[in-house]
Amino acid sequence: MSPRAAARLESLGFTKVFDYVEGKADWFAAGLPREGRLASVPRTGDIARRDDVTCRLTDRISDVVNRVREVGKETCIVTTAGNVVLGRVRIDRLEGDTQALAEDVMESGPTTTRADITLESILERLSARDVDTILVGTSDGRLVGTLYRSDVESSLNEGKLEAGQPAEDEVCCCCEP
Amino acid sequence: MPTSIAREEVQRLMREEAAQLVEVLPTQEYQDEHIEGSINLPLKRLDRETAGRLDDNRPVIVY
Repeated sequence: MSPRAAARLESLGFTKVFDYVEGKADWFAAGLPREGRLASVPRTGDIARRDDVTCRLTDRISDVVNRVREVGKETCIVTTAGNVVLGRVRIDRLEGDTQALAEDVMESGPTTTRADITLESILERLSARDVDTILVGTSDGRLVGTLYRSDVESSLNEGKLEAGQPAEDEVCCCCEP
Repeated sequence: MPTSIAREEVQRLMREEAAQLVEVLPTQEYQDEHIEGSINLPLKRLDRETAGRLDDNRPVIVY
């Protein structure tokens, strides 16, 4: 839609017209300011934890393991120098070869989600796939952080409490009608 | 031919050249959520009159 609008503005005599093709999805995914009726609804990027350990393809796995264990984590996200996600190394699944490089042992192309997805929506996806975490990235593939299902559930419950509704674990599912 | 730009250039143009950011999606979508500081000129209503809201001396960025 925006290329046509840009062309129309030029036809109306505007000479300095630019087209931000990736638009608001890209803007919101980068965590930049938004306005509007739904702007205060929390999104994946708002609650993703930004403390991932990252490494490069050529990092030796013995060093990666040490760095990950030092901070009590279980994974290292393999990224480019520009922070684009390439893979993931799960420390508990490594076998033997400490001289290997991250590239040799990483899982390529881990699943990511955009940073502007609503928490209700992402919880459905996480529940359907029965996973506890998912990487959050920008539309151009850069790492934002890791989203924990428990954080999503807590945040949604807090929202319900603020709205005066019972939290998920307070709903009585077996009471007599 | 309008120039396609990425987020970093959008931010630079807004900061350094007081660019005007225009959402051309329908009003409902704009009201739901839009980029801070943008205005709404839906494509379907974009004509000489509505475009009159814009300053033609400053860059215009549409999305």
